[in-house]
Amino acid sequence: MSILVEPDFGTPPVDAPLGAEATVTIDGREVTVPAGTSVMRAAKEAGIDIPKLCATDSLKSFGSCRLCLVEVEGGRGTPASCTTPCADGMVVSTQTETVRDLRRNVMELYLSDHPGNCAGCARGNCEMQALAVTTGVAEVRYGREGANHLDDATDASNPYFDYDPAACIVCSRCVRACSEVQGTFALTVSGRGFESRITPGNTNFRESECVSCGACVQACPTDALAEKSLVSLGMPSRTVLTTCAYCGVGCSFKAEVQGTGPATRVVRMVPWKDGGANEGHSCVKGRFAYGYAAHADRQLEPMVRDSIDDDWQVVSWKEAIERIATGFRAIQDQHGVGAIGGISSSRCTNEEVYVVQKMVRAAFGNNNVDTCARVCHSPTGYGLNHTFGTSAGTQDFASIEQTDVMLLIGANPTDAHPVFGSRMKRRLREGAQIIVADPRRIDLVRSPHVAAAHHLPVRPGTNVAFINAMCHAIVDEGLHDVAFLRDRCEDVEIFLDFIRGAENSPEATEAETGIPAAELRAAARLYASGGNAAIYYGLGVTEHSQGSTMVMGLANLAMLTGNIGREGVGVNPLRGQNNVQGSCDMGSFPHELPGYRHVSRPEVREIYESLWKVTIQPTPGLRIPNMFDSAIGGSFLGLYVQGEDIAQSDPNTQHVEAALRAMELVVVQDLFLNETARFAHVFLPGTSFLEKDGTFTNAERRLNRVRPVMPSLVGKDEWQVVCEIATAMGYPMTYADPAAIMDEIAATTPTFAGVSFARLDAEGSMQWPVNDAAPNGTPTMHVGQFVRGLGRLTPTVYVPTTEQTTRRFPLLLTTGRILTQYNVGAQTRRTPNSMWHPEDVLEIHPADAHVRGIATGDVVEMASRVGSTSLTALVSDRMQPGVVYTTFHHPVTGANVVTTDNSDWATNCPEYKVTAVEVTVSTQARRAAYEHETADLGASV
Amino acid sequence: MRGDGRVRRGPSGGPPPAVPADAARAAEVRAITESSRSLRGPLLPILHTVVERFGYVSDDDIPMIADVLNLSRADVHGVVSFYHDFRRTPAPSHTVTLCRAEACQSVGAGALYAATAERFSEDSGVEVGEVFCLGNCALGPAGMIDGRLHGRLSSDRIEALGEGWTR
Repeated sequence: MSILVEPDFGTPPVDAPLGAEATVTIDGREVTVPAGTSVMRAAKEAGIDIPKLCATDSLKSFGSCRLCLVEVEGGRGTPASCTTPCADGMVVSTQTETVRDLRRNVMELYLSDHPGNCAGCARGNCEMQALAVTTGVAEVRYGREGANHLDDATDASNPYFDYDPAACIVCSRCVRACSEVQGTFALTVSGRGFESRITPGNTNFRESECVSCGACVQACPTDALAEKSLVSLGMPSRTVLTTCAYCGVGCSFKAEVQGTGPATRVVRMVPWKDGGANEGHSCVKGRFAYGYAAHADRQLEPMVRDSIDDDWQVVSWKEAIERIATGFRAIQDQHGVGAIGGISSSRCTNEEVYVVQKMVRAAFGNNNVDTCARVCHSPTGYGLNHTFGTSAGTQDFASIEQTDVMLLIGANPTDAHPVFGSRMKRRLREGAQIIVADPRRIDLVRSPHVAAAHHLPVRPGTNVAFINAMCHAIVDEGLHDVAFLRDRCEDVEIFLDFIRGAENSPEATEAETGIPAAELRAAARLYASGGNAAIYYGLGVTEHSQGSTMVMGLANLAMLTGNIGREGVGVNPLRGQNNVQGSCDMGSFPHELPGYRHVSRPEVREIYESLWKVTIQPTPGLRIPNMFDSAIGGSFLGLYVQGEDIAQSDPNTQHVEAALRAMELVVVQDLFLNETARFAHVFLPGTSFLEKDGTFTNAERRLNRVRPVMPSLVGKDEWQVVCEIATAMGYPMTYADPAAIMDEIAATTPTFAGVSFARLDAEGSMQWPVNDAAPNGTPTMHVGQFVRGLGRLTPTVYVPTTEQTTRRFPLLLTTGRILTQYNVGAQTRRTPNSMWHPEDVLEIHPADAHVRGIATGDVVEMASRVGSTSLTALVSDRMQPGVVYTTFHHPVTGANVVTTDNSDWATNCPEYKVTAVEVTVSTQARRAAYEHETADLGASV
Repeated sequence: MRGDGRVRRGPSGGPPPAVPADAARAAEVRAITESSRSLRGPLLPILHTVVERFGYVSDDDIPMIADVLNLSRADVHGVVSFYHDFRRTPAPSHTVTLCRAEACQSVGAGALYAATAERFSEDSGVEVGEVFCLGNCALGPAGMIDGRLHGRLSSDRIEALGEGWTR
């Protein structure tokens, strides 16, 4: 399509009670709008554009620019249409001689202090230029000799956008976007009168509180705030609507590009207002950090080598695929059908993942398929399936608008899911309350204009004790929802008997969890009686030896208080990767076919066996950790890995590397030669999200279309490569296009029965289940009845992890993500985002630092029972004593060198979040090595 | 940036811990802020107290006040910068602030201001400022000298009032 220009209604839609309407006449056109709608918005709905500068429909009306003046019959003066609500029967004129005169004069004043050279302006859609024409300003009578701001210096400190104060009209749209939409409050109007200027505080953008979400740039009506890429590349020529490939929020973007075919260049990514997940907002990653897709490090050709000590040889696709097929078959001939397997990626589309699991099940002939969700949200799948009957979150993101109390545990949305984090903050500013259970004092505990009602500093590894204490306190004080338990749940008495046990009381668990009993009881009271209560959680829940138990514990808490099955409540996993939900849905687990149906069920196997014309193994295959163990044991020798860097992201790096070394044929498909590729024999180049055609499913079960901005830069789409491997192995697999793959998914999986590319393209995103019962999808699940019938309450006995502190390892290490980086950093490290986070740092409490003689900036050695690594220390009172924290974005850090083999009892999800460590000031000169390694990468970004 | 031993916080990492040059002042500003934080609209009274106590709002005060009140640094900066009387630099020994609004202008305030500014231009101990109406229009040119209102000012009177100033 050409450039998509979204309509701007000037002021946000109002939430009027049903039936409350006003009918007004604007320039002779009658229009009926919800009561309270602004005259400006009503006019736009009637097809009349009222000139405006300070108004845009993502922000509350402000009434400062004085361009949108209108006359109202019987009223006095010329009110601003953005701040004037429609009253029934109102007659409005937007083009009288009086208002035209006023507007022309106002516009002339604006232009008297605005650069006159529109041709030199970056932004082809600068609203000033168009308004000068509509208001009829032919010349500026005031001249340019007087005081002005035309020589003010541009602030180019941000790597992604510039602020040119000369073009700024101080309309405050950016300030309001930063406050209302993003919730960071990094911008302000400095000074007064003629000296009024937009500033990010008393500093430049880079040093300020700005989080580079881009909301201000998007809101700016002039070219004062403009993307650097727009300034350097010029205006884009067409728009492709697609979905961000970073976190599980799944924001919709308008990719604005120049050129066609392989020469396509992305000028900018702009969040799409109609995106169901983000509603026009974005974060620094999705908005700006897409440059990795065109990074020089990308591998564009297949490569092979006989031994991992050899150099890579570039080969044709045909040769690479032939080699894989022959190699895999040879391994199977010698070591059995089960000696090979595949790992699918949560970074890939549903269609790509589906064909991987099909290749494994149909061509490999086993169930040895697993996904990187193994190491993140597999306990969510297990726990929510066990309790509710479906392996997914219960709400859509918009549900939070109805939430009164949030319980946030083991997630840091303002860094890891920033667009949803902004939404949470907005709801908190509206008066909702939040309980944060986290070992760290994260931003949602306290950051400008947001403060948690309770911060419960739960000790890593004691989540289940904590959640049991919450349930105990609620039952103890009679705050549970007896009617809900009676009507909608089962095993109620068993659970109540269990939870009443004295061992679950806040007083009994206090020593274990570190949460004062009185504080926990107060939080429990708030959750149970504060109105709609919603649980949001992340990997701080799942990545534990009792990860699945904790997910069930959260489900227990929601059911106990009747907080499930309507808007504003629920149990909501915040998914780490763009398509974790989808990759799990698509049957990536060794025990489940698509739609979470166990491979042991003959009626499910029958569906696929008759379609695929093969026999599917009725027993689950190997999980990722089992694959590694079997590799070391000599019975698993061939692995296809799609878009996951297991050597960096999986726990206990030494063990993973030993397993990879033990294999005969490791095939890696990725954008970059990642850590895992060091152990690979065949490297297949992958495609970035800008080249993919398919769907991603976000944390709210929303299927979003991913549309190719450019054709595959490597000559083949990833699904084609998988099909060709299967075909070369003797199992013909072909599809006309990704839409045909989705058709097969829909035909075989009841939850996706109503999904097709045609519908997604025509009607927009949909939340599964989409079927006859819910033809337009399901924003809220378990309404009236749980998917499994009755909700199952489960006694969640707390079993402490075996990873305990000792005198040798007295600190607990926990890990997380930071705003500007993403997971193993393969993408974000290849963008200017590294400016903000050039290395992983170890956060440590001042008391722990003091006794060890550690100061901020020191290089420290961190050792666990399995390994050691070194990092730079940051002494921070965000930590609690006894707990240290780091991120895992840089390979040089090797955070997983220290993490252990402990894993969730049910799903083998690794216990990343608890590792007993000791930290000492480093004596080694590892710093030099670090400088050397990162200098290479830094030079090329 | 790398290797300078300095840890840079990410955009969401919050303000870096303020390490004010003057720890005693920092403690006092924090105490002032803490004691007023429960007021309705506490920022202006806090800034007034800080200026009364120290003569100006320092760069280090802003993050601290923001932290205690749970505002952004930009929020506090916006308010501080709006009011000229929330000085950003240490106050001089003496101030002469002359009214330049219409009534005073009509009785020669413009020339008086120019002359006064010139008179003290070499004198770092005296700051000449302007103000727009002190409500003393009947007695123009009006002005404030060291915070005290005076009417019917002239260069001579200003000189006389400043007699004995030590600086």
